[in-house]
Amino acid sequence: MNMYGWCGKIARINLSDHTGCADTADPDILKTFIGGRGLSGYYLREKITLEWNHPDMPLLIFTGPLVNTRSPTSGRMTIMSRSPLTGTVGDSSVGGSFAHQLKRAGFDGIIITGKSETLCGIEIYDQTIRIVDAAHFAGRKIGEVHSLLKDRGSTAIIGPAGENGVLFSSIIVDRHFAAGRTGIGRVAGSKNLKYLTVKGTGRTKVFDPEGLRSAREDVLRLASASPVLLGEYGISRFGTGALYDLMDARGMMPTDNFQKTRFGNASRMNAYAFKKKYSPKKTGCRGCHILCKKITQGRTSMPEFETMSHFSALLDNRDIDAVVQANRMCNEMGMDTISAAATLACFSEISKQKLSSRKIMSLLRDMGRNKGIGAELGKGATIYAQRCGRPDLAMAVKGQELPAYDPRGAYGMALAYATSSRGGCHLRAYPIGHEILRKPVATDRFSFKGKGRMIKIGEDLNAAADSLTACKFIFFAASLEEYARIHTAVTGAKTSGQDLFEAGERINYNERMMNAANGFSQKDDDLPDRFFKSPEESDGRIRTEPIDRAAFLSARSNYYRARKLDKNGMPIPEVARQLGLAPLKIPEGDR
Amino acid sequence: MNQFFRTYEDKLIKSGLAEAGAPLLGCLDADLEWNRTDPDSPVFEAVFERLNINSIIFSRPAEPYRSIIDYLAETSNGIILPQDCETRTFLHDLPVSFQFLTDEMISILKKRKSVIIPGRGIITYGMVGMEQAYVTYASVCFACFIKFFSDFLRDAKRGNVDERKRNLFDGIVKQLDSPAVFHGALMKGPFNSADRVCEGIQEAGRLIVEHRLVDSYFGNISFCYGRTLYISQTGSSLDDLKGCIDPCPLDGSSCVPITASSELPAHLKIVQTTGHRAIVHGHPKFSVILSMDCDIEHCKCRGACHLKCPHDRSVRNIPIVSGEVGSGPNSLCNTVPEAIRREPGIIVYGHGVFTAGRMDFNRPFKNLIQIENNCRAEYFKRVEEVL
Repeated sequence: MNMYGWCGKIARINLSDHTGCADTADPDILKTFIGGRGLSGYYLREKITLEWNHPDMPLLIFTGPLVNTRSPTSGRMTIMSRSPLTGTVGDSSVGGSFAHQLKRAGFDGIIITGKSETLCGIEIYDQTIRIVDAAHFAGRKIGEVHSLLKDRGSTAIIGPAGENGVLFSSIIVDRHFAAGRTGIGRVAGSKNLKYLTVKGTGRTKVFDPEGLRSAREDVLRLASASPVLLGEYGISRFGTGALYDLMDARGMMPTDNFQKTRFGNASRMNAYAFKKKYSPKKTGCRGCHILCKKITQGRTSMPEFETMSHFSALLDNRDIDAVVQANRMCNEMGMDTISAAATLACFSEISKQKLSSRKIMSLLRDMGRNKGIGAELGKGATIYAQRCGRPDLAMAVKGQELPAYDPRGAYGMALAYATSSRGGCHLRAYPIGHEILRKPVATDRFSFKGKGRMIKIGEDLNAAADSLTACKFIFFAASLEEYARIHTAVTGAKTSGQDLFEAGERINYNERMMNAANGFSQKDDDLPDRFFKSPEESDGRIRTEPIDRAAFLSARSNYYRARKLDKNGMPIPEVARQLGLAPLKIPEGDR
Repeated sequence: MNQFFRTYEDKLIKSGLAEAGAPLLGCLDADLEWNRTDPDSPVFEAVFERLNINSIIFSRPAEPYRSIIDYLAETSNGIILPQDCETRTFLHDLPVSFQFLTDEMISILKKRKSVIIPGRGIITYGMVGMEQAYVTYASVCFACFIKFFSDFLRDAKRGNVDERKRNLFDGIVKQLDSPAVFHGALMKGPFNSADRVCEGIQEAGRLIVEHRLVDSYFGNISFCYGRTLYISQTGSSLDDLKGCIDPCPLDGSSCVPITASSELPAHLKIVQTTGHRAIVHGHPKFSVILSMDCDIEHCKCRGACHLKCPHDRSVRNIPIVSGEVGSGPNSLCNTVPEAIRREPGIIVYGHGVFTAGRMDFNRPFKNLIQIENNCRAEYFKRVEEVL
């Protein structure tokens, strides 16, 4: 097959019989679902009602057509399955160089099914796929395993947490890049898959190199004009932690398990403080010029914004070293930092214990090792709080712990948390762009007016970005208008920005259908009560009011109409058909 | 009409971008709302149905934009290509539809943020609100104005102005705003508190817009007080800066100003290297137009003037420098600070003007007016010399 952008091949691997082969991808499916999150969702949909740990439940890894070309910030991929944490669609977009190497090896994606009898690894070199014994890596941390495998190419590894049953286990790419959310590391663990390596030598064909050069220049110019990306205080200089001060200043820094929205020690634990103390260097994903990742000379990853915030303010921890150590511990054990910290915060509030630095570390270690109270906490805040009889103290949506933006300070974010197809997540619609960062223009963060449709549009944009697979951060500056030109130049398929939006709409609707098939409905598109009831403690300058529930529900109804769902938030077959999505069976009684 | 629509209609009229009663504004959340009834609404309902957008502005521009835009559209091949910085960076080009046909308009709007329909008006949209549609609408008007006057001067120099064009030009010139005049005084420095600094910034921003030197979104202002630079936020309206000023510590100890203007790097460098403390940046039209009028033949940098110019250029002793928005390797923050050290102001090629002062905004504001008025006078002098 002579394709531009896409390779046209998928690696299909069955861990039950340790076989792997290169399968030809349907070009129409590639064009319709683009790549990354879209293609993963396409291949997941028929299996979505299986239990997450069923051997036939696929673990999907998909790159996009722009990967391994000169398209800016386009070196990412999606890892997807059914989430052990939430039961919803579970996916994570991740950077590093794995996607790049996979494309060089000649594959658009990998579909992994089955379950190995013993711990194994997958090694891909160009078109050769090997499933190898990995029993000697059992229980070993990610850094150790990476150092032994890095000569074999890019790596994707689970830590002890993924093997031991932590429901928010991550997969770590190239040691520093986390596919953190929704517990997909646990899916790999359930298949006895410890790692993947991939290395390739091929090139991705580009239809119109001159068109790509021109479109790339447009994106780079926009990025240069973006204060958030490349500005004096932007993420290129300070990492994503650049958001830390702003969230506190806007009174939306989750503090003490979301009991407060400002953190008294914020100015001493901000990105500047980390930079001063650790002097990290810039690095980033393959093919990215923003380089938001920060790593010390000792090869320790600096925490991302969410991790910085949750391991400081959310736990009322004032020890900056403890934040770095907790981040390292989570990355070594293979646990999502957001869920881990938020679960500890829930534990802290329920047990009425303030957690010392030492306690934080010991609890994280016990989580990863499935020991003592750590074993309970490894199931996540929702299950832990339920078992303690205090479900109201789990700050989660659909069972996934909330990230570091208090929704009382940005109402679009409140709605986006509720409607996210993978549970408590800021990245599905990412309204922080316009509500806080003023891009492309500023919107009123304390108003639901117009937010139903804005969130729908934001979700579609990010679904397209996750499928291309470009970094979401670039969309603080550029738009799908510019990326459509890139897509056209790379693949030769004439594409407009709105075409990409339509693909995003299809991808979101598909996820909504999959969740509906597993019984998710309006009742799950909601926020913890705390945000509707508790006024935040005033610090004398900013008083964050609770969200008006009636206004929230009205905005959610507006979202349903914009998304073309029924009034209960359920997909409508006719709409699905118009989007080219075949029906999925929904269990009786769930409608 | 509700307050929401009235705000944007007033902005369009006050800025001279549309006449009262002309703008049709539509906004979609669950339901579609319009600012007024209009026979064209069904066309735009189809646009809303088929595009992922939430707001639309459709309006005939006010004069002189109307004549300018109609002329550029009619004489285009379907795409207007202005060369100013705003268009190059954000809009890329301005597509034209010669018919008011739903499918054609949708086809264009699928690819670009605006479409011009000669004789009918400009359509722009927003995905996150009316503000976005407004900024695009204003940018289209600005870009067309710059292109029309730039092209006319170029054509005049080449002896390529026929009677129709000349008559059109004369008619448009008659409809221009009068040159800005200001005999008053702004708040006098030195400012003795952060609150006074913010008041000073707000006053300067409001006056710049009121004097029609720039439209609301085309500029930024800062003042350095103590060890903090106070600067207008990115995407803020110069005439409504209350609550939109970021404190930016010079030691970099807080990232709160991550929402500061994209020109923060230039403001910071000016403050740190020149002794100036009050900085005004705007995009006054004739300054932008004249910055692009270059007669140097066989220049090796032709086509990349916005990135690098090997010549010392000026307009009436005001230097012209190259440089792009923001902080990239070709950023104007690498050229402006040195150039403005001993000058009342400088012009950035195809982009706008920076002026600076030491105590307050009196000097930078008056210099901005003077530079623009000088450029305007020089423009018509150059036209007159060749016609």
